Amino acid sequence: MVTVAPRRVLPGFGLTLGYTMVYLSLLVLIPLSAVFIRSFGSGWGHFWEVVSAPRVLASLRLSFGASLIAASINLCFGLIVAWVLIRYSFPFKRLIDAIVDLPFALPTAVAGIALTAVYAPNGWLGAWLKPLGITVAFTRLGIVVALTFIGLPFMVRTLQPVLDDLDKEVEQAAASLGASAAQTFLRVILPALWPAMLTGFALAFARAVGEYGSVIFIAGNMPMKSEIAPLLIVTKLEQYDYAGASAIALVMLVLSFLVMLGINALQSWASTRHGER
Amino acid sequence: MRLFAQRPCAILSGALLAFVVSIAVASPAPAATVKILNVSYDPTREFYEEYNKAFAVHWKLKSGDTVIVNQSHGGSGKQARSVIEGLEADVVTLALAYDIDALATQAALIPPNWQQRLPYNSTPYTSTIVFLVRKGNPKNIHDWGDLIRTGVGVITPSPKTSGGARWNYLAAWGWALKQPGGNAASAEEFVRKLYKNVPVLDSGARGATTTFVERGIGDVLLAWENEAYLAVKELGPNKFDIIAPSVSILAEPPVSLVDQNVDEHHTRAVAEEYLQYLYSPEGQDIAARHFYRPRDTAVAAKYANQFQSIPLLLTIDGAFGGWTKAQATHFADHGTFDKIYGQ
Repeated sequence: MVTVAPRRVLPGFGLTLGYTMVYLSLLVLIPLSAVFIRSFGSGWGHFWEVVSAPRVLASLRLSFGASLIAASINLCFGLIVAWVLIRYSFPFKRLIDAIVDLPFALPTAVAGIALTAVYAPNGWLGAWLKPLGITVAFTRLGIVVALTFIGLPFMVRTLQPVLDDLDKEVEQAAASLGASAAQTFLRVILPALWPAMLTGFALAFARAVGEYGSVIFIAGNMPMKSEIAPLLIVTKLEQYDYAGASAIALVMLVLSFLVMLGINALQSWASTRHGER
Repeated sequence: MRLFAQRPCAILSGALLAFVVSIAVASPAPAATVKILNVSYDPTREFYEEYNKAFAVHWKLKSGDTVIVNQSHGGSGKQARSVIEGLEADVVTLALAYDIDALATQAALIPPNWQQRLPYNSTPYTSTIVFLVRKGNPKNIHDWGDLIRTGVGVITPSPKTSGGARWNYLAAWGWALKQPGGNAASAEEFVRKLYKNVPVLDSGARGATTTFVERGIGDVLLAWENEAYLAVKELGPNKFDIIAPSVSILAEPPVSLVDQNVDEHHTRAVAEEYLQYLYSPEGQDIAARHFYRPRDTAVAAKYANQFQSIPLLLTIDGAFGGWTKAQATHFADHGTFDKIYGQ
């Protein structure tokens, strides 16, 4: 008996897999392995000394914490934006739809300068917030604002096609079967959206963790308070401490990977659960 | 070539141009075009644009060749790292010797004694650290001691990320040392109080200037003298005043050939002349016009009124034992700057 490989519609599995491996290696794996090798360039002792320094730990907490908060804000408000853009028609809808992409297209330094100009104590919004005792620019709050700004398009653009596919009849059916508005949203719409929301969350979070350009202008950069981890990498490089810079980079890499892995697991759990219903 | 000693007027440059053309036409050897790359730091852009034009005329006159000087600008440390990682600079003109030292220590692109190759520690022009305050000096700031008063906001970039800002830090330290009974402990205490008054630590000098000028944060900006004058010139003299403290540091932004690259490009002769010519009266005059303090005494006398006098200018070698030592003591991990922020 000869086992026959299952026929595929498009041939060439071997070729495409080989191509995928080469492409991924050249673009992703080789540069990242350089980070691994460089970070241990001056031994475990130096690596541990760098990554366990209180200032580095504080910056990692800030970078990952602020990114999680920003991605969570986008999870909620990005959904509303996507919902409005898909479900309703109103004047200048195309224009508003295009504006969503701006944070993505803008050079990050421009975004940082623009946000700082608006939220500085003498800026348009900053001047209004100041009497209320709220300072945004040069505080941690400013970092969250910048990261929310750059993350928005990732959430909206991920949700739009899924929302577009979601039939209105499903909602009507739920209503005709006696579900309240809240029940329709929580039991019918949300489960269908979860996988896409998690993808958007992951993309927005990943972008925020690595963000440098826009944050640096609005953060204030005070050690232990408003200093993000990518700034500490630049600081190490400024001292020609390549090993130290790579050490922080490696920790960020591993943490990001773990978070992404967690989100992916959550996502596949959510989509199987939705599929079973 | 000495014609350049005078300030070029229209007739003179016209005559020069005719002379250049006649040489180009008359000389039998075919004129070549050489390209060199000058990797510099941020605020020198306009200065080198003007200098490159003057040097092109000079080099044409001297060798018959046309020289095109390309410029690259960025943060001093970042520029040095680019050269270490392979940016093909023929010459580097950076903000501090520490960054050029790295070309020798990290990659052996230049000999370790590079700073002895040209006059004045290879620094053809200098600057110093001054205070930029809001018009009329409402907080009455006149010297370093005023910066640690409560309610005074001081804007200066982080010396960890900005090479230029290390001069600011050392100038403050130097003033404290020179006070009656001053010593390392009292100086450390002084800079600690000074940085307590810093509300925002920008990563570079341009960012700090923006914070102070555009965002209206702080009462005094610690700045290089040439950048302070540029800011006043661009933004109008009715907004800011420049205050010269009693003690400051002589900021020395040095220049060097990148030996390995010029030998590869066969550009040593033109690159060497490019740096030498910075010391000529013409080069010095251009530097002074861009608010750098010239080394040439005649040019310095000509521009004496442009700069405020500072009674005591410390030097990095005299007061701090050179950059290697200063970097290790103050700016390396666990140095005095880290101690200020509790590390």
